[in-house]
Amino acid sequence: MKIKRETKPWFYYYFKSLNGIIGIIILSLLSIGALVALFHATPYDPVAQDVAAILKPPSGHHIFGTDQFGRDIFSRVLDGVRRSLAVSILSVAIASIAGSLLGVAGGYFGTILDTIVTRMSDVFFAFPAILMALAIVSSLGHSWLDTAIAIGIVYTPIFVRVTRGPVLSLKETDYVKSGRVLGFSTPRILFKHLLPNVMPIVLVQIALSLSWAILTESGLSFLGLGTQAPDASLGLMVSEAQALAAFAWWTLAGPSLALIFAVVSLNLVGDGLRDSLDPTRRSI
Amino acid sequence: MLRVISSRFRSKVVSVCTTLFGISVFVFVVLRVIPGDAITSSFGQDTSNLTPATIKALKSYYGIDKPLLLQYLNWLKGFVTGNLGFAFHTGTPVTTLTANSFPVTLELALFASIIGVTLGTLMGIYSATQPGGRRDFFGQIFGLFALAVPSFVLSTLIVAVSANKFHYFPNGYEYSKPWQNLSLNLQQMMYPSIVLGIAVAAPVMRTARSSFIETQEKDFVRTAIGKGVNERRVRFVHVLRNSMNPIVTMTGIQFGYLLGGAVIVEQIFSLPGMGRQILDGIMKREYATVQSSVMIVAISFVVINLVTDLIYRKIDPRIR
Repeated sequence: MKIKRETKPWFYYYFKSLNGIIGIIILSLLSIGALVALFHATPYDPVAQDVAAILKPPSGHHIFGTDQFGRDIFSRVLDGVRRSLAVSILSVAIASIAGSLLGVAGGYFGTILDTIVTRMSDVFFAFPAILMALAIVSSLGHSWLDTAIAIGIVYTPIFVRVTRGPVLSLKETDYVKSGRVLGFSTPRILFKHLLPNVMPIVLVQIALSLSWAILTESGLSFLGLGTQAPDASLGLMVSEAQALAAFAWWTLAGPSLALIFAVVSLNLVGDGLRDSLDPTRRSI
Repeated sequence: MLRVISSRFRSKVVSVCTTLFGISVFVFVVLRVIPGDAITSSFGQDTSNLTPATIKALKSYYGIDKPLLLQYLNWLKGFVTGNLGFAFHTGTPVTTLTANSFPVTLELALFASIIGVTLGTLMGIYSATQPGGRRDFFGQIFGLFALAVPSFVLSTLIVAVSANKFHYFPNGYEYSKPWQNLSLNLQQMMYPSIVLGIAVAAPVMRTARSSFIETQEKDFVRTAIGKGVNERRVRFVHVLRNSMNPIVTMTGIQFGYLLGGAVIVEQIFSLPGMGRQILDGIMKREYATVQSSVMIVAISFVVINLVTDLIYRKIDPRIR
């Protein structure tokens, strides 16, 4: 009997989902914006003040308008998106690597390691992430690196939880047992047999966590605990817009829209990934 | 049977206690890692002008000259016996602070959950009536935006429009307790409850939607429709009751987060709740305030989980 093999790669299915396509398009646009800011190619210097152009509404010169110091909001938004993405990517990288390794190891080895790992994540889950991030940020400092580490620590338990469960059931499957009987080394079983099977869940979780990390980062900088003025950050810009938005709506619109689009796109990408990586949900 | 239940109960109690213990140690350690202490935070730049003798006296006054383990055990002993410690700067007992701020947070969380659950469940039902159809599309868009619009953006928008355009901003006045001035209190609660309610509605809506879609396909629903039961009755009685469990879980989780996680909204609308108490405490290095407040939030979290469990049993007799 000939077994029909699945030949199409998973991203073939990804592009079958409308959500996924919209998500990836918005996300690419934002990433291009972030790259523009990274290479200092924004139309204006994000921190340069211009007394002649204070609080100008959107126009051909300043497409998102200018703020109370005459700084170009579009350039500041791009720079803010760059910071937000940098913080969230780094923090989720920390959380996903540490969390999945701990989760896989805890689930596979069991015993004391597992008890410690699950207890630690229970501790983190027992109170709100934003408080935890606040406490860690105030002990580390206010640079973007500190914020990223803080958010990374806070999100690690999520990855522990999503990987540990599947590993618990996977380790009882026949192919893992036979691997053990065949004398495969533990790292080989862990990295070649277990990890690839939890990857889809981790990928979806990465997309969702990136969106939460952006929200947490902007929340922290809104409270004044992240990026410090005059540097641009979406949360800080919203906070500054509080006093201005009534007569200069564009000061609030620019950073808010960027934030909303970033979170929406990452959620859509997460949905698309979930649909394409889970064979039972594939619509062909 | 009885023994099975009691042993499960015992293991639950043990795990809850270790978690709470872990939290207390963690918070203690993080606070000690934060650079600066009560002295630098009250004297600021002038700390360097203090003589070593003064610093020593102050340290012993604040109780931070003792070994860390002893400081921890002292705090723990106090906490267990109901003495939550004192705020250095004002000398107010943390018990008094909490007695003032906890009700604020509780009231806010209650209003926000009511708004969130009502809105989320209704949107979930609305979406689930046409999975994949137009209603579902609008429902999903609502869910996505409720999830994506950060609470501080929505709050800022409200502040800008209401306060600066219409000159109506009840949160500009000093916070009023419900028994002092009920009307002012409710007005002050209105905006923050709406903001947090929308934030709660998003996950509730997603959970409700998938739970409804799953229940709708069950045989008993088909039977009910086949018997000619009114469609509205099927939806709001048969389907709703049987898909309540995931919604209750989600609401419990969200309610728990509102108890300490509403920092930003409490800050914007100047509500003196738990979140702000903890934020202030972290800023001013008020060790006792932060440790005790975080523990209270964590304990409430655990209690809410237990209550959620109880509600389950009430709704779904199969779990009893």
